[in-house]
Amino acid sequence: MEVILAFVVGALYTAGFYMILRRSIVKLILGLGLLGHAANLMIFTIGRLTRGSPPIIGHEAETLVGPFADPLPQALILTAIVIGFGVQAFAIVLVKRAYETVNTEDFDQMRSTDLHEA
Amino acid sequence: MNVLLVSPLIIPFITGIILILMWKNRPAQRAISIVGSAALFIVSIILLLTVWEEGIQAVQIGGWPAPYGITLVADLLSAIMIVLAGLMAISVAFYSLASMDSEREAFGYHPLFHILMMGICGSFLTGDLFNLYVWFEVMLISSFVLVALGGERAQLEGGIKYVTLNLISSAIFLAAVGLIYGLVGTLNMADLSVQLRESDQPGIVLTLAMLFLIAFGLKAAVFPLYFWLPASYHTPPVAVSAIFSGLLTKVGVYTLIRVFTLLFIIDPAYTHTILLVIAGFTMLSGVLGAAAQNEFRRILSFHIVSQIGYMVMGLALYTPLAIAGAVFYITHHIVVKTNLFLVSGVVHRLRGTYQLKKLGGIYQLYPLLGVLFLIPAFSLAGIPPLSGFWAKFVLIRAGLETNQYIIVVVALIVSLLTIFSMTKIWAEVFWKAEPEPDPAYPREDLSLGALAGYVLPIAALAAVTIVIGLFSEPFVRLAIDAAEQLLDPNQYIHAVRPELLEGIVQAQN
Repeated sequence: MEVILAFVVGALYTAGFYMILRRSIVKLILGLGLLGHAANLMIFTIGRLTRGSPPIIGHEAETLVGPFADPLPQALILTAIVIGFGVQAFAIVLVKRAYETVNTEDFDQMRSTDLHEA
Repeated sequence: MNVLLVSPLIIPFITGIILILMWKNRPAQRAISIVGSAALFIVSIILLLTVWEEGIQAVQIGGWPAPYGITLVADLLSAIMIVLAGLMAISVAFYSLASMDSEREAFGYHPLFHILMMGICGSFLTGDLFNLYVWFEVMLISSFVLVALGGERAQLEGGIKYVTLNLISSAIFLAAVGLIYGLVGTLNMADLSVQLRESDQPGIVLTLAMLFLIAFGLKAAVFPLYFWLPASYHTPPVAVSAIFSGLLTKVGVYTLIRVFTLLFIIDPAYTHTILLVIAGFTMLSGVLGAAAQNEFRRILSFHIVSQIGYMVMGLALYTPLAIAGAVFYITHHIVVKTNLFLVSGVVHRLRGTYQLKKLGGIYQLYPLLGVLFLIPAFSLAGIPPLSGFWAKFVLIRAGLETNQYIIVVVALIVSLLTIFSMTKIWAEVFWKAEPEPDPAYPREDLSLGALAGYVLPIAALAAVTIVIGLFSEPFVRLAIDAAEQLLDPNQYIHAVRPELLEGIVQAQN
């Protein structure tokens, strides 16, 4: 399972960076989203995948016995997803406003802040 | 619970909330903004004095012991950064009262400003790597809105570049945090410091170090990752670019110093040599970029990059004196750079443009403003007895002591080129005869008295520069104390998790 997820993470990173390198701002947003997913999935994978053993202490037991799923990576991912959601929402609105103002979605037309007379 | 340690987070948070509740009442918003910033500044000074007297302060939020809970830690470096953040908050909040247009105020400039301060203070105080990510995001999301607030074309274009590069940096940071958790199973920085030192997989630790270098390097705007900075910092209103230029990149530098003195010290010969090379190129490319510019704020933006190089140089040399130099340099730089941006705002208010070609003759009409520009400008270039001279002096001496002559030569050349840029601004904006007025740019001839809201914070910050320069000894001593703390991670670990150190001591015996 880890191997499959490793390839999925790799594919997500590749796709994310490829999308960011395109000239269209819509693809940029998609690319940033993919990068976030890739990072989240990687944390999930690296937190050791354990099947069907939740970190709950049994009735009689004092401590956890046997292998159990580490809840912390999932807590991290949840936080990161929520933050990512907010940032994405802002980025989409920003892109929409930029599209309305500049009237293009081509990055090559958005160089005014890099030129001397800006 | 140590209230003092939490208050740099609570004060801007509460201020921000009250400001949001008072959304429609602008006079009240302005008054509360000032009160909140002043409270932050006062608390920050008390915090610094406490840390200086009693050593590193740590608090476990919610009473959950480390490494399970979130830890806040204030060592001297954190406390110094918080004081600088407080000083910038009060000066820029005051300056905003005069300079911010009512439309941006109506769309929430003041609450955003205080939430930004909360994110910045949180980044300085946290002792947990994932918590640092969260504070970064708090800081970033409010800075995103501040960059774009107003919706001018340049702002939106600059904003997209700023947002994109910062999101990439966050994604890399998040991935690195995940990897480090997978490697050692903790995210508490004191814990990590112990674990990474003893790691039997130095290759993976170095890989992680490079990931953090990229993530924080993007935020700190080091070579070759700085391109977003000169593309975006000159687009928002001047109060916003002033607070950004003063504090945001320095958060990146702070985190670089933190992780490369506390976490990744497994192989300084390797990591810190990379930092040194980066520092040299950052200085040079920043100052050369500035030389090619003809717009007031773009020149200043490129100079942020070159100055970041000096701070990274101090970190890279990795001796007590060098780190002290870096800390002192940050102190000096934040004050001076913010001040220069504030001056550019006054010029813009008077002449309606930042283009050097369209400006001129300011000194003849406003000699005091000229002097107030020259103080931070000369300080930036490093002319004695201003603060920049001592900052550069300490760094260059540290470079000579470690026989790193190449970086010393680079630093001196960059210093000369900085003078060139500053004199260029001086000659074009203040000295040369005024060009034919261009009707495209609204010109207003106000007296300096009418501009008091602009000039007072500038004069106050200029006075700080002079004080740091003339009475540099306590500041240098503070920086040296901070450096000693940074170079001895055990002090940090002792404040957060004393039981870990006992294990180390026992193992050594």
